Amino acid sequence: MNQVNGVGGRLYKWIDERVKIQAFVDYMAHKSVPKHRHSIWYYFGGISLFFFIIQVATGILLLLYYRPGADTAYESVKFIITKVEFGWLIRAIHSWSANLMILAAFIHMFSVYFTKAYRRPRELTWLTGVGLLGLAMFFGFSGYLLPWNELAFFATKVGTGMVGALPFVGDFFLNLMRGSSEVTGATITRFFGWHVAILPALFTVVLTVHLILVQRQGMSEPVDWDAKKPSEKTVMPFFPNFILRDLLLWLIALNVLAILAVFFPYGVGPFHWLLGVKADPFVPPPPVIRPEWYFMFAFQTLKMLPATVMHIEGELIGIFGFGLGGIFWTLVPFFDRKTRHGQKGRLFVIIGLAAVIFILVMTILGYILE
Amino acid sequence: MPKEKIKRRSFLNLLLGGGTVAWLASVLFPVFKYMKPPEIPEAVQSQVTACTLAELQSTEQNYKTFKFGRKLGIVVLLPDGSIRAYEATCTHLDCTIQYRPDLNILWCACHNGQYDMTGRNIAGPPPRPLEQWVIHHDKASDNIFVSKEEEA
Repeated sequence: MNQVNGVGGRLYKWIDERVKIQAFVDYMAHKSVPKHRHSIWYYFGGISLFFFIIQVATGILLLLYYRPGADTAYESVKFIITKVEFGWLIRAIHSWSANLMILAAFIHMFSVYFTKAYRRPRELTWLTGVGLLGLAMFFGFSGYLLPWNELAFFATKVGTGMVGALPFVGDFFLNLMRGSSEVTGATITRFFGWHVAILPALFTVVLTVHLILVQRQGMSEPVDWDAKKPSEKTVMPFFPNFILRDLLLWLIALNVLAILAVFFPYGVGPFHWLLGVKADPFVPPPPVIRPEWYFMFAFQTLKMLPATVMHIEGELIGIFGFGLGGIFWTLVPFFDRKTRHGQKGRLFVIIGLAAVIFILVMTILGYILE
Repeated sequence: MPKEKIKRRSFLNLLLGGGTVAWLASVLFPVFKYMKPPEIPEAVQSQVTACTLAELQSTEQNYKTFKFGRKLGIVVLLPDGSIRAYEATCTHLDCTIQYRPDLNILWCACHNGQYDMTGRNIAGPPPRPLEQWVIHHDKASDNIFVSKEEEA
């Protein structure tokens, strides 16, 4: 990068004289990525990021026609998918990419968990990552309502109703979320604001911190590498080797996304987002009301809990259980002391496996028992 | 040997560059198509009711605006009692014009454009005259009907 020739070289020199980027370029040039049999998991964060970029681009496009409000939301989505050229495609990509982003983020999170990449010094990366997944799920929840169809209406009613079940603060948060005591046009305005302004702003900040941490600290090495000498560690350069592999995967992800969006624009099987009938608060819900698949395990668990457990409402116990579980999961880097000292902590592997099995079983039950 | 290597490299570059361009085109084509608003068919209206004469007489400034399809029109009650109708969009920069009974002109407040009562641009920036429309006052219903062309 030191030779000064051609337009690119001169432009680089011009910028470097002013903002001193050479140090950063040198740093990136020497950055390397550990090479081992679990290297494949390093790519899932990047894939999540790719789907997020797609979400931003298609979300902005949908904003050109979408109109929030009880009288316009459903009609404008219908207009987008029936009248606007390629409107169905843009919406299909937005829906598919949303689901694939959550899926990739889940895989990313569990791979970080099981490879123990959260251990010191990467606790902050884990915390911001869990925060990002939470924001992404909130993105999904708020976006689900925006077409204002029957399914969205009742899913939002149930979802926000869960918050309303909390003791003392329930009513306050219910009104805060719904913008009214019921799910109405005011709720659309609110969810729309969250979906297109508040959440993107928060997400961008947390994502930036997350990415800076990843760049600053480099990729985590496997636990058993702690005992290895530097000469025994196999690595590949970050640039261009890793970046090019990353880009190739992004291209594959884009192709998968395009195929899914074109051939299954409204989803597959129980995972669909057909527009259906417009929401009508005076009509009873259709027989099958379900949340998005990534909320299914929680939904199913709450459904299976008995009405009361020792004089306490079962639902409440469920909500508190998930709350405590979430807090535990978020703070895992601080609990897992063994791994922090370079030993293998079996206990946390078992806890992680239990969580995966629980989520899988509850999700599957949710779909077959309905 | 070196010569052939360069050839192969430039061929690969061509493939890579061409592929990138083709990929970009396939992404941008739907995006541009999507951004173009679809045309919403509009019912062809040959005549609309602007208002009633009584309504027009009750206005302070002796004029009323009305919708003619997607266009905006203005009906004016002149001092001699006759009624006129014009397209109400200034030919300069699309502001909405108004009637000035004190000057007996059609006036655009945005840049002081002025038209006389035949619609001719007489002062200010407007480059073209206003389109004047045909009116018909139905005595029985008191409605003022406006159409764009003289009925045959």
